[in-house]
Amino acid sequence: MKLPLYWLNDYVDISDVSVEELKNKLFSCGFEVEEVIENGKDISGVVVGEVISCEAIPETHLHLCNVDCGKHGVFQICCGADNVKVGIKAPVALVGATVYATGKDHVTIEGVMTIKAGKLRGYDSFGMLCAGGEIGVTEEMYKGASYDGLLILDNSLNNGDDIKPIVGLDEVIFDIGVTANRPDCQSILGLAREVSAVLNRPLKMPDLTYEVANFTTEDKLSVEVLAPDLCPRYVAGYVGDIKLGESPKWMQKRLNSVGIRAINNVVDVTNFVLTEIGQPMHSFDYSRLEGNKLVIRRANDGEKITTLDDKEFELNSSNLLICDEVKGQCIAGIMGGKGSSIDDNTTEIVFESAMFKRDSIRKTSRTLGKRSDSSSRFEKGTDAYIAMLGMKRALSLISSLKIGKIASTVIDVNAVDLTPRVLNTKLSKINKVLGINVPSDIACDILNRLNFKTEIVGDNVTSEIPPYRDDVEDYPDLSEEIIRIYGYDHIENTLLKDASITVGGLNKEQKDLQKAKNYLVSQGFNEAVTYSFVSEKEYDVFGLDKNSDEYKFIRLLNPLGEDLSVMRTAVVPSLTRVIATNLNKKNLSGRLFEFAKTYNPKALPLTELPVENEVLALGMFGDEDFFTIKGVVEGLFETLGATFKADFVKCERSFMHPTRSAEIVMGNRSIGYIGELNPQVGEKMGIDKRVYVGEIKYGVISKMLNRKLIFKPFAKYPSVERDLALVMDKKVTNGETIKIIKKNADKSLVSVELFDVYEGNQVLEGKKSMAYHLTFSHLERSLTLEEVDKTVAKILEGLKKAGIELR
Amino acid sequence: MNEKLNVILENAKLDISASNSLKELNEVKVKYQGKNGEVTKLMQGMRDIPKEDRPAFGKMVNDLRTAIDEVYAERETELKNAEIKLTFEKEEIDITLPSKKRETGTLHPLTLVKNELIDAFTSMGFEIFEGPEIEEDYYNFKMLNIPEDHPARDMQDTFYINDNILLRTQTSAGQVRVMLDKKPPIKILSPGKVYRSDDDASHSPMFHQMEGLVVDKNITLCDLKGTLDEFCKMMFGKDAKTRLRPSYFPFTEPSVEVDVSCSECHGKGCKLCKGTGWIEILGAGIVNKKVLEGCGIDSEEYSGYAFGLGIERIAILKYKIPDIRLFFENDVRFLKQFK
Repeated sequence: MKLPLYWLNDYVDISDVSVEELKNKLFSCGFEVEEVIENGKDISGVVVGEVISCEAIPETHLHLCNVDCGKHGVFQICCGADNVKVGIKAPVALVGATVYATGKDHVTIEGVMTIKAGKLRGYDSFGMLCAGGEIGVTEEMYKGASYDGLLILDNSLNNGDDIKPIVGLDEVIFDIGVTANRPDCQSILGLAREVSAVLNRPLKMPDLTYEVANFTTEDKLSVEVLAPDLCPRYVAGYVGDIKLGESPKWMQKRLNSVGIRAINNVVDVTNFVLTEIGQPMHSFDYSRLEGNKLVIRRANDGEKITTLDDKEFELNSSNLLICDEVKGQCIAGIMGGKGSSIDDNTTEIVFESAMFKRDSIRKTSRTLGKRSDSSSRFEKGTDAYIAMLGMKRALSLISSLKIGKIASTVIDVNAVDLTPRVLNTKLSKINKVLGINVPSDIACDILNRLNFKTEIVGDNVTSEIPPYRDDVEDYPDLSEEIIRIYGYDHIENTLLKDASITVGGLNKEQKDLQKAKNYLVSQGFNEAVTYSFVSEKEYDVFGLDKNSDEYKFIRLLNPLGEDLSVMRTAVVPSLTRVIATNLNKKNLSGRLFEFAKTYNPKALPLTELPVENEVLALGMFGDEDFFTIKGVVEGLFETLGATFKADFVKCERSFMHPTRSAEIVMGNRSIGYIGELNPQVGEKMGIDKRVYVGEIKYGVISKMLNRKLIFKPFAKYPSVERDLALVMDKKVTNGETIKIIKKNADKSLVSVELFDVYEGNQVLEGKKSMAYHLTFSHLERSLTLEEVDKTVAKILEGLKKAGIELR
Repeated sequence: MNEKLNVILENAKLDISASNSLKELNEVKVKYQGKNGEVTKLMQGMRDIPKEDRPAFGKMVNDLRTAIDEVYAERETELKNAEIKLTFEKEEIDITLPSKKRETGTLHPLTLVKNELIDAFTSMGFEIFEGPEIEEDYYNFKMLNIPEDHPARDMQDTFYINDNILLRTQTSAGQVRVMLDKKPPIKILSPGKVYRSDDDASHSPMFHQMEGLVVDKNITLCDLKGTLDEFCKMMFGKDAKTRLRPSYFPFTEPSVEVDVSCSECHGKGCKLCKGTGWIEILGAGIVNKKVLEGCGIDSEEYSGYAFGLGIERIAILKYKIPDIRLFFENDVRFLKQFK
């Protein structure tokens, strides 16, 4: 919300309040000044100067002048303007001044320059006599400023005075952030009320009086509101004998200050009221309304209207339409229709000042894709009170501008109870919210300053809520009103002094997750965070089955783009994309992990919330191999105290290397997979290196991390060791071999470790050799060699049955 | 005789000092004290000495042996020292060569900040609650006093899945779930991902928030300020100050914006704090009694406070990260910095 301080000064005297102080006061009561706009901020060191001598420099268009700059001195200045002569007063940029560097037209600003002492055609020059454009002054600001030559100043000015206040370069405009609960402050008057309260100075209301003619609005038309739910109040006022023309300079200047272009006096009045009072208004050309009636109703489905900017819209029954007896003339709160708009021939108008429900305006504005200053104001919320205030102010402006004959009455169709709301509460309740005791008289004074007519007797508070404060409902609202004026620095620091003691902290699952992350970090992994929404196309690259669960995507209705349009069902594609990006940037190695959710719908389209599954995704690139990632996963399970046994079996996923990847299973249930990414998938993503990825259903395993630490006795007697070098088919895995060994051994076998794998000339074609170190022991006694031999024989027998021989 | 012994001693001394290695020294030892060594021979000549002179002779020879041993031992130490010195010189390594440490990884900066926040608040008795990211309008808006026509809905551009289901725009959605589920006293912290349709250098469509909620008897604005002041001191240093100023959130009344004194300039005003000396870090307030009542909590008996902060924002301030998108690009050169 733009707030020109000179405009604000009309309602609260702030002439002796510094910009900084006002900014701080507004900030402390909840209105942050987001920007201070100063129109003269680029101009400095420019003063009033009088030309006391002026001689033409031969063979040039220049004049050599002496300029009296009062207390600053008299300076010799070379001037090229055609209107320089003895006796005139003009702005002088002294040495060191900043002014605008303009183009050849002396108007277009090309930058800011600093004036230096210099020489022109051999003559010393100490400063510059300025044109209007060079100091950013327009004709509206100072008469004569648009002349392509010096800006001739009034002769009564004092030499040496700062030029800025003289030509209107000292205007300060605050751009204020207004929170959504305070639509009443979307106006100069609204903010003036706050300033008046916070400075404790009286508020001067704008003039609401006007001269009336001897006819009434009712003589001219009637108003019928058929949709009071969308239009709680509709005020209409007739003005005849309109003298359309330019609005006065002061009004144009004010509108310019807040970024509104002046159009004509009638439109300018409505825009002025919108800015000053915060009430959007509309004006109809009375002569172009069919019949003598305005009807406010829902549009019929398919009903069309052409707005005053020549655009046609098709409406439906959720749109509110202002109609004459025949057709729609205005899309309520958004834009008027072309058929009844003001033009040069307009002589009679009907002002509309209404309250439209904000959600109705918002919906219509969204569905039609049409916004206006009015619609954005209505969307923030207006109240029934300003509907009448706005009308009175508009009529008062028409009256003071003498541009029309005003009907003696206005038509007011109102469904809102305008009886002031009174809040009865207790001061102790208010103080209990704050935690401090605000003295009764101070609390009462603050509320009254804020226009809440308040009495506090003992603990009883009776407060009449101002009609524009729909946001205030109960005592917590009053506590906020009081403290924001009383000052938040009165709030003390207490640490829940009256609250119960609670035992906080992380639960087991949360602690486990931190442990898991710390373990991965110790293994050289960097934690990544990627977006939860992805592109479906990434899944196509992975060659997943379109009927698989991975393709049961939850789609966003309004994604930022196709790239971020579905909620992911797997995290590995995101991490693989991160690897591709890193490789592309020549980051040639890295280990990544991410804990994130996958989103799996129970049914599509979604009728209830989906299941959010926590997964752990791993990605490794650079000098890595399958066994490293396998080791990381095994180590993770160990670190977390897994109570389940994980087996690594052949992985059949399309995007994984078919012979270098493993499905991690628990019994016959998959809890994830690891391995090398299928290079064909990598290629499609621009990856030309081997990369290793994995995804673990962390949410599943997190429920099985309850290993209890209980001491297990170990053998006191020496163990017996045996090495077995075995020969088998190449296809036989280590996993299978160990399984057979364990199955055929008794309890005395305590460990089996693979220590060598050999393939080559020393064994037959199609065979390989694997060597195992077996350890046998007994808890209570020494094992005899015979016992061990017997067990080994049994193991070998079992192996033989599976085609595995001693080498 | 005496003279002969002296000659042997002098010769031995010369031989010992002339030997330049332990091997040569050993040869000298053999020469004098070996089986056929000169000193050994002297002892063997004992039988030719008159019986009464033998003790004196024996002593003289022993003294000679001791004298030689002493010189020998001295030289041996010298040589050994020289030799080990040589070995050390040969074994010299460049200790500034790179180590063989296994490079450790890193936690994401957002996790680092999140962990710090969790540590700060769990030490004050808070528990952690994590709600769903895909949430019902009911929890994300309606129960937080943001009805359908409310302009606050525009404050947060929402990603919708359908009319009733959306990506949560705020971790506050979890508040309602907790209050419906638990009876006061409630003291929870709710971190997590949130989503808003915004994408530029300072906004990401996915980001992280941390919500705090306390509901108990007699909870006041002073308690809120005290808690947040304590938290800011833990997070930004002992001399950090906090300031409250009025703001608006539909689910709190009164609502405040909380600023912390600028850690860079300590309140004097600098580029980081845009000259104000203060940095906005979170939004907070007293839980709106309508929200409490909606969750079945008696607002006459209980009151509460809530606060919500952006984890990215804290991380950006703490680590001076210039662009929010760096968090999600996962360039390893970025990630590896947070050791």
